[in-house]
Amino acid sequence: MPSELEFEKPLSELKNKIQELKGFMEKNGLDLSGEVRRLEEHLDELTEETYNHLSAWQRVQIARQPGRPTTLDYIKGVCTEFIELHGDRNFRDDPSIVGGVGLIDGKPVTIIGHQKGRDTKENIHRNFGMAHPEGYRKALRLMKQAEKFGRPVVMFIDTAGAYPGMSAEERGQSEAIARNLLEMAGLRVPTISFVTGEGGSGGALGLGITDRVYVLQYAWYSVIAPESAAAILWKDSTQASRAAEVMRITGPDLVELGIADELIPEPKGGAQKDPAAMVATVREKIIESLRELAKKPIDELLTERYDKYRDMGEYVER
Amino acid sequence: MLRDLFNKRRHYATLGKTVEREKVPTPDPVEKDIPKGLVEKCDACGNLIMGKELQKHAYTCPECNFHFRVDAYTRIALTLDEGSFVELNGDVTSTNPLGFPDYESKLEKAQKSTGLTEGAVTGEGTIDGVPVAIAVMDPRFIMGSMGSAVGEKLTRIMERATEVREPLILFTASGGARMQEGILSLMQMAKTSVALRRMHDEQVLFVTVITHPTTGGVSASFASLGDIIFAEPGAMFGFAGKRVIEQTIRQKLPDDFQTAEFNLKHGMVDKVVHRKQLRDALGVLVRIHSARGWADAE
Repeated sequence: MPSELEFEKPLSELKNKIQELKGFMEKNGLDLSGEVRRLEEHLDELTEETYNHLSAWQRVQIARQPGRPTTLDYIKGVCTEFIELHGDRNFRDDPSIVGGVGLIDGKPVTIIGHQKGRDTKENIHRNFGMAHPEGYRKALRLMKQAEKFGRPVVMFIDTAGAYPGMSAEERGQSEAIARNLLEMAGLRVPTISFVTGEGGSGGALGLGITDRVYVLQYAWYSVIAPESAAAILWKDSTQASRAAEVMRITGPDLVELGIADELIPEPKGGAQKDPAAMVATVREKIIESLRELAKKPIDELLTERYDKYRDMGEYVER
Repeated sequence: MLRDLFNKRRHYATLGKTVEREKVPTPDPVEKDIPKGLVEKCDACGNLIMGKELQKHAYTCPECNFHFRVDAYTRIALTLDEGSFVELNGDVTSTNPLGFPDYESKLEKAQKSTGLTEGAVTGEGTIDGVPVAIAVMDPRFIMGSMGSAVGEKLTRIMERATEVREPLILFTASGGARMQEGILSLMQMAKTSVALRRMHDEQVLFVTVITHPTTGGVSASFASLGDIIFAEPGAMFGFAGKRVIEQTIRQKLPDDFQTAEFNLKHGMVDKVVHRKQLRDALGVLVRIHSARGWADAE
């Protein structure tokens, strides 16, 4: 059972009430179907109302729901065959980033993504999806391998950020991310990425320079997490909801700002409500996108990739 | 003498942590250490230094080697042949793309207090007569943070260097991406990286000089992508801030954590160079890279 968010409580309360009423009806042989219908209509309205007017902060909360599909769930759902590959051939295998090779619709792909855990134990193993340098270096190794064999790369972005720890600094967190940016800019195969949950700053971008960037409806992507922004701006991390609004971090914002190419709709209330449907939507998009990109000569694709990132930002000349 | 000091340290470093290492103090993350007056007090050792004396020592303390922060134009004067600098794209300035509260006033304040239009100055000049492109980030301008204007200026100078095939020397100093421009500032990391990709493909030399402090998004993009990376003694260079890391791992970090010397030890920079030797070291690099190859020999 996916955990429930504060603003979703009225919905589940109403749902429970309807269930109770139905049980009562059956037990006592009464016909209250009119009342049930009325409540169910009310539930539909309330559901629409709740999810059509989500604040940025509510979206952030949805994006962090543990029941959402993770990279490995997407892989399982989109590939007919897949083999996970491990290690950066230098230091260790970082479980915070997973990757490997597989077939989608009979065609070869390399898939790489941040990997969060479902429970505390797995989250400790996965370091809550916050990668060390060796995670980014594993990702790079797999990208270069994909380039060698001419298969496209699909990346799933879902991280609060790259791990801010001593060992990460000692092993060059900055260099690892920077190197990936440079290499992704020139990778001679089509690349696409999906921001599936959290797009936490450089740790997200480290897998995110791609020909197409798709952002899920309730995902967020920002230069800094809303809590940290609030701590800096107003010296108060409880102002995170205010920071989430002003920083423009939601899916629709990202499309409007030209950072993401397309918003991918989620099941009502979020991917965690119907993971299988979410995975199916993503699978369709991958196939459509890679078919389209495969038609372009690689040099044309690289020029477009350059132009896309070259144009990002707003400034004036006076 | 100073060179001996560095060599000595390199030997010591292999002996382990128990050996006392030569320490060069790291500047405070405040703006007060940019010297302006007749007499300056060294933040690290308290030594009083005459303004002229300080200038002679390239704005480092003659007693303890503390490196004062210098503004972008002073840095250019310390680096390029006298009178050779021509500024490019000085009119590229920030706007407020997200309508972020108080950003305009913050920009105005930074412009007033620094006399700069933005947090980076870019242009061309010569070192020992060899033409180079140069970019200097100024730590005083909203912590040297990178917004769209800084990203655009750096990208243009990278493109210029690539086009005319001259080495680019980039002095970094930055708290990271500029929060007030949200995701657009993060994308300046991507933008400069695609420009650097072309520069690499065209085999044009890119040298970064890490100055205090270089962190966050700047550290995790072009600062770490120099073909050759120099760092000034004591300069902080790292991805995450020290306080954030201490909060994450709940333990105190060593004093030298993320300093230039720490980064040298861990293989993240090529060389720690005292500011007084920096110009000469850069001169050697550009000469080596502009020398004709063996196939061209007569």
